[in-house]
Amino acid sequence: MPDDQADAPIPDAAVQAFTLTRKFGDLTAVDRVTLTINQGEIFGLIGPNGAGKSTLIKMLTTLLPPTSGSAKIAGYDIVAQPAEVRRHIGYVPQLLSADGSLTGYENMLLSARLYGIPRRERTERITEALARMGLSEVASHLAGQYSGGMIRRLEIAQSFLHRPVVLFLDEPTVGLDPGARETVWEHVLDLRDRFQRTMIVTSHHMDEIDKFCDRIALIDRGRIAAVGTPAELKARVGPDATLDDVFLQLVAETSETETEGNYGEIRRERRAASEHG
Amino acid sequence: MAKSGANVGQPVSMVDRSVGQALGDYVIQTLGVAAAEVQKLYHDPLELLTRAVQPVLWLMLFGEVMARVRGVAPGNIPYLDFLSAGILAQSALFVAIFYGISAIWEHDLGVLQRYLVSPAPRSALVLGKALSAGVRALSQGLIVYVLALLLGVGISLNPLSILGVAAAIMLGSALFSTLSLIIACIVKTRERFMGIGQVLTMPIFFASNAIYPLSLMPDWLRAVSHANPLTYEVDALRALMLTNGTSDYGLLLDFAVLLAVTAALTAIAARMYGRMGY
Repeated sequence: MPDDQADAPIPDAAVQAFTLTRKFGDLTAVDRVTLTINQGEIFGLIGPNGAGKSTLIKMLTTLLPPTSGSAKIAGYDIVAQPAEVRRHIGYVPQLLSADGSLTGYENMLLSARLYGIPRRERTERITEALARMGLSEVASHLAGQYSGGMIRRLEIAQSFLHRPVVLFLDEPTVGLDPGARETVWEHVLDLRDRFQRTMIVTSHHMDEIDKFCDRIALIDRGRIAAVGTPAELKARVGPDATLDDVFLQLVAETSETETEGNYGEIRRERRAASEHG
Repeated sequence: MAKSGANVGQPVSMVDRSVGQALGDYVIQTLGVAAAEVQKLYHDPLELLTRAVQPVLWLMLFGEVMARVRGVAPGNIPYLDFLSAGILAQSALFVAIFYGISAIWEHDLGVLQRYLVSPAPRSALVLGKALSAGVRALSQGLIVYVLALLLGVGISLNPLSILGVAAAIMLGSALFSTLSLIIACIVKTRERFMGIGQVLTMPIFFASNAIYPLSLMPDWLRAVSHANPLTYEVDALRALMLTNGTSDYGLLLDFAVLLAVTAALTAIAARMYGRMGY
């Protein structure tokens, strides 16, 4: 396929955040996060509920302006050049972002139009992307009738249609059964290998993170508590440590905050989980 | 709009993009959002039929009784003719004013986030939504036309008049659906929105010329009605839709008011819509 090569020149660092901070009133949800994510990495963001992962992703995807600090995605500043950043990223929110009252194909068509994919390429690209995700046969069914795993794959296809430099996946496997989780990861790895794009993934499943991520940042109370490869982080804790051990040891015990993980958010998370499940 | 450049789907820098291409993208983004809404109607058209009940009740119950009261409608227009234009505007208003609730729904689901991370300018998203509200309202127009013809209302079937009516309905719906979107951005929950939607609909409807002329009103209410965009929508509809209809303010002023208010509301909504992603 001709478009399987990487196209535009891409800077070495897919994401560079410098003292990125977001406050909500007195609460500092993200606290001076400085982070570099390399081109082509699968980068895992882990941390307890309310640690600031979602707020960090919202800032990097330009949904939420930072209070202070800065970040660049593919060389574009998230505050000064939000339109350019949006052109170069894809985002699969934790919530249900495919429209259940449209068919799979119509969902893809909407994305193609929003991202300015030329008319003559639309059909071919959509058909190809749906085929790659194993959704060809249900392309004309309403997304509302899809299984949780199928919806996630559709959402990934939608978010990747314009070949973003960085794809953000916020808890892509939440509420999915082990088989569907495995399939979602296979597709994420396939896209990364095929297009050499960067994937930033949050998950509470430490086994997935350990298995699939090149590097990880552990976020706790808005700050980066540790960064490294899964092996490096595990070695810090002990010879036979698992990522669960890393998580439990490095996250301060008092971090069960009542701040970000509030009732409304939990309600939405659970609904998202049930809609996908 | 024709587009040039072969690699728009790839990450392309803004400086490489011509103004024409940006404009072309804007139109496609706007129409793309509207097309998605029309596709939803196509999948589930029941909503359109249930919405037809209200104009039927107003024309057949309220209209038939009020037609017996002399002197409500000005000049030589039968009251039912006078009312039919008002009911057309009203049914479009009712569709549009609750439109914001779908934005809240999309926000709660996560669909809105997909829109907001796309490179589409916020105003293109807002206009696309407004346009789709207009399309819904057109289906209401069809129902009111059929009903009015059955009731013997002097409806003008001149194609130009029909086009003018369609334009007035689209514009009025865009206006009120954008107002609705602004309210949705402020109140943020469906429950609060339902309350406010109810509170807004009645004054917009009654403080207008939809079911009686402004000349019957006390001065203060007439002043309020003059500031109500619905009055100008109804005025335009009455002039265009009826064989012997006339405009009190002139079609030029009617459309100018509707356009200006829609443009202003779109500018405000575009700013607020982006913040819904917080």
